[in-house]
Amino acid sequence: MSLNSTQLKHVAHLSRIAVDEAQIPAMLQDLNAILAFAEQLQDPRLDHLAPMAHPLDQTQPLRPDVVTEVNDRGRLQAGAPAVEQGLFLVPQVIES
Amino acid sequence: MSLYKQSLAELRAGLDTREFSARELTEAFLARMGTHDGVLNSFISRTPEAALLAADQADVRIAAGENAPLLGIPYAHKDIFCTQGVRTTCGSKMLGEWVAPYDATVHQRLNAAGAVMLGKTNMDEFAMGSSNENSAFGAVRNPWDHTAVPGGSSGGSAAAVAARLVPWATGTDTGGSIRQPAAYCGVTGIKPTYGRVSRYGMIAYASSLDQGGVLAASAADCAIGLQVIAGHDPRDSTSAAQPVPDYSAYLNQPLAGVRIGVPRQWFTAGLDATVAARIEDALRVFEQQGAIRVDIDLPDAELALAAYYLIAPAEASSNLSRFDGVRFGYRCAEPRDLMDLYERSRSEGFGAEVKRRILIGTYALSAGYYDAFYGRAQRARRQVAENFAAAFAQCDVIAGPVAPTVAFDLGAHASDPATMYLEDIYTIPVNLAGLPGMSIPVGFSGLRPVGMQLIGAPFTEARLLATAHQYQQQTDWHLRVPAAYEEGSL
Repeated sequence: MSLNSTQLKHVAHLSRIAVDEAQIPAMLQDLNAILAFAEQLQDPRLDHLAPMAHPLDQTQPLRPDVVTEVNDRGRLQAGAPAVEQGLFLVPQVIES
Repeated sequence: MSLYKQSLAELRAGLDTREFSARELTEAFLARMGTHDGVLNSFISRTPEAALLAADQADVRIAAGENAPLLGIPYAHKDIFCTQGVRTTCGSKMLGEWVAPYDATVHQRLNAAGAVMLGKTNMDEFAMGSSNENSAFGAVRNPWDHTAVPGGSSGGSAAAVAARLVPWATGTDTGGSIRQPAAYCGVTGIKPTYGRVSRYGMIAYASSLDQGGVLAASAADCAIGLQVIAGHDPRDSTSAAQPVPDYSAYLNQPLAGVRIGVPRQWFTAGLDATVAARIEDALRVFEQQGAIRVDIDLPDAELALAAYYLIAPAEASSNLSRFDGVRFGYRCAEPRDLMDLYERSRSEGFGAEVKRRILIGTYALSAGYYDAFYGRAQRARRQVAENFAAAFAQCDVIAGPVAPTVAFDLGAHASDPATMYLEDIYTIPVNLAGLPGMSIPVGFSGLRPVGMQLIGAPFTEARLLATAHQYQQQTDWHLRVPAAYEEGSL
């Protein structure tokens, strides 16, 4: 269950985190030390148990389908890095 | 008695009898913060003007005859709770400049109660850490020994309370982040049952494990703080509907006949001998008060650790995906394109430990690995919960260590994250099972405090607080303040 360099780069890409070549050996060592804990999960008792998503097995409550939120874009957008006319600005997405 | 040593009940009495005003009380604690926090670094943001304003408003309410437990009483907020108009960083460069546009439910409740926030406390970044060394705002020192860590991730809150820069503080606990720093700093802390305290506005690390709670000098003070912040919140879909009992009213439940379960598997070679000895001393105090000690089995600590270090990072990878440099938070300089924006904002904005956990979490959830890692870990979680349920058939409260050692030296685990994770071995199972847990001070090993953990069945916070309170009626560990922080010292 351990990671190699190719897998690490793939996972880093999925996570949108840049990892530079020089850091990779140390990161692999750290990550694999942590993943070593996962050996415990081979325990056969687990084959017969249902997964537990909520610690008290609570289910998702529902609420009436009525509007409760107020549009407050200005206040909520105040902390954004780059905004214009209520739109978030990002570098060009579609190549021309 | 000096203001900074008084209990919440004593401060309430002083305020209500006009012995001192809320403004004077706030000024006294702000002065202590000014004197001492340069060394401790327990605060990321200080809010003295807003605090004095809140104190003045509390004085008006008190003069009008209002009598509420936290009215006019200073506290500190772990910097994981959104506080409208106040910088909320989560200990990270990613939110280093971010001002929250709304209040967490916990903050709304404390404001309504008239509590006076003095500032936002330092913490391990995004609640990931056990030493408060993972903060973008610098490490926090343990007030009992400045060469030691205060624990984490609520290290700032624990240190601020231990040094009595505030009488109490909020914290959060996902794998031990209230209990372990409380133990390392010699204060009392409670992580309630999952769902007891609203997570709305509490920046998410691992949504099925996170829980907000309280750190204070005593169980009686924790009861007062928890009373205000606990309760159902429709804005948190995991919030429990269970009514909140009057915790303070139950504190004097006697210990006679209460069965204290002591897990055999927790007292092995891995536990420091002095820590074990202090806990045995504490257990004797419980027995002297009529509690019955029962040796119980609580196996699978390693299984719990494995489950946690897959489930928590997996959930963190999902929760932290929102930090993309687009809508809030840190954005890298001059992004070349969208991918560069995402990758560099996240790489530069997050610290090493956060990146480690995101990578593990992403791996554990990725195609082909989901069942082997995350799915399997969720089954292990059920085994851990079942082990506790079986234990509670034989006892009312489980007692044992909080951590295998006392506070370790600053920098001791810097090069080895996996070893750091072993510090959480006694606290993690409690989060996996969603149970309430406390840490109470029970002595020292040299300069460094020892904490004892008390664990209850779901929604038994009243019983836990009472058990701790009865112990604190017979002992004075919880009243100790480090010599450097006694009034009159520089």
